Amino acid sequence: MNEAMALAIALPLLGGLVAVVCPRRGHFIGNLTLLLNAAAAVWLLSLVMQHGAASQLLGGWQAGLAISLHADALSSSLLLLTALVGLAISVYATRYFHSSQDATRFWPLWLLLVAALNGLFLSADLFNLYVTLELLGLSAVALTALGGKRESIKAALRYLMVGLLGSMGYLAGVAILYTAFGTLDMQQIGARINVNPASEVALVLMTAGLLLKTALFPLHFWLPAAHSNAPAPVSAALSALVVKAGFYLVLRLWTEVFPEAISPQGAVLIGALGCAAILWGSWQALQAERLKLLAAYSTVAQLGYLFIGLALLVSVEEGVTRDILFGAVVLMALTHGFAKSSLFLAIGVVQQHAGHDRIDQLDGTAQRLPATTFAIALAGVALIGLPPSGAFLGKWHLFSTSMEIGQWLLVAVMGIGSLLAAAYVFRVLGHAFGNAAFASRPVNVAAEEWPALALGLIATLLLGLGGAWIWQFLEVVA
Amino acid sequence: MLGIVLAALGLQAAILQQDAIRRILAINVLGVGVFLVFIATAYQGADAPPDAVPHALVLTGIVVAVAATALALALQRRMESSDVDADDE
Repeated sequence: MNEAMALAIALPLLGGLVAVVCPRRGHFIGNLTLLLNAAAAVWLLSLVMQHGAASQLLGGWQAGLAISLHADALSSSLLLLTALVGLAISVYATRYFHSSQDATRFWPLWLLLVAALNGLFLSADLFNLYVTLELLGLSAVALTALGGKRESIKAALRYLMVGLLGSMGYLAGVAILYTAFGTLDMQQIGARINVNPASEVALVLMTAGLLLKTALFPLHFWLPAAHSNAPAPVSAALSALVVKAGFYLVLRLWTEVFPEAISPQGAVLIGALGCAAILWGSWQALQAERLKLLAAYSTVAQLGYLFIGLALLVSVEEGVTRDILFGAVVLMALTHGFAKSSLFLAIGVVQQHAGHDRIDQLDGTAQRLPATTFAIALAGVALIGLPPSGAFLGKWHLFSTSMEIGQWLLVAVMGIGSLLAAAYVFRVLGHAFGNAAFASRPVNVAAEEWPALALGLIATLLLGLGGAWIWQFLEVVA
Repeated sequence: MLGIVLAALGLQAAILQQDAIRRILAINVLGVGVFLVFIATAYQGADAPPDAVPHALVLTGIVVAVAATALALALQRRMESSDVDADDE
């Protein structure tokens, strides 16, 4: 168990360093590292499944001083998401940066980003979380700027400033918690927490900082520009994985550290913001003229569902309903990770072959790039939440819980959100299947197309049909 | 106390300033404010030695802040040089 946790962090970090030293072998090193990383993630998951959650103190220091790692069902499933999506992105990036100078800069940063994500999902104390959060932010910003265009640099700079503001809010909260409770360990604080002004101020500061990083409406203003101006593999990583890191932290804090300190009003506020995010994000996605912008706004909307799930989680009593709901939120986060990365990679293929990603000029894409169009459709199914995707199961439980506790407004918003999602997905597909003026030969570039296709299949079929597994897994470990 | 004031000033400036350099500086001021608050929490009374953990954490935080500032300044320079290029064309 200990080896698996250490490997998951050390492997990508080491790979990143090697990629700096030998820039020419970047493609090989990157793919090899991500392959090994996926193996480590699967190993860790199976260990957690057999032996339950586990903690580890690094370097032989005593608790409180040592860097502590903790792996449970939530963190190991997110680790696996990172590993699989990361592997697919790497395979795609090998082609994407094939003949480009950016390759030498991409691989070290990308491997560092994976290391930061793994570290974040495994960290058990609040300060290490801050460090991994900053590592993640810095590497993500540098990756966003890779394109070198003025817009992408501008977006990256804005992303950096927002990220720094968010981390400072988080760090201030950590300082207050340390003063009040004398420890940084999440479980210890969770055990000692009580309702007093210090814990409430810390809760507000940390949540606000993280929401800024997770881009919950109305703090999403930086996201569309950053996600839509980055190179395609980077957009996929940002939308599928990096925003999940912020959500993961909020989820941990709200369910494990602060459950006592959260007032019903707080849950209502988060739920309301989630609703606004769904409506606003979906509407903007429908208006978007470029595919990448559409995908970025769709991320804003999908994050809304996750936060509605969180609001429901803290307002439901502990028991079976809550466990089911927790599984549903995790499943939705996983499905969105796979679906959104699939969508961004497919858009990247379209963009490279058509030379643009304007939605109203997509006519004939279905004839020219059949496999990629299929991937977009698969991702679309998962984003709308149609069966058999994992998002269908997740949304189903969100709907039923909202009805049980009589939150009819949430039901209405989620319904409208799903309809809007259907509208923006079908707008793209409608154009893609439109009659082209000239019939060109279908292109089949397996190395570019299969990553998107595989991710789409996982999101729609695997997570949908095998979704029950998530609940079993969470139950066994808990 | 001073830390809180600095942090508030920095936050306000970071939101209100339009100029990128000023914003970067403002975020640094905010960071210093947060660090000062953190350091102040190490005080355990006149007789007891100060708690060492906040110092270690703030040191790490300063390193991170330096790296972030460097990245922000580098990005800003890239933007300015691309402005010059655009004017030439």
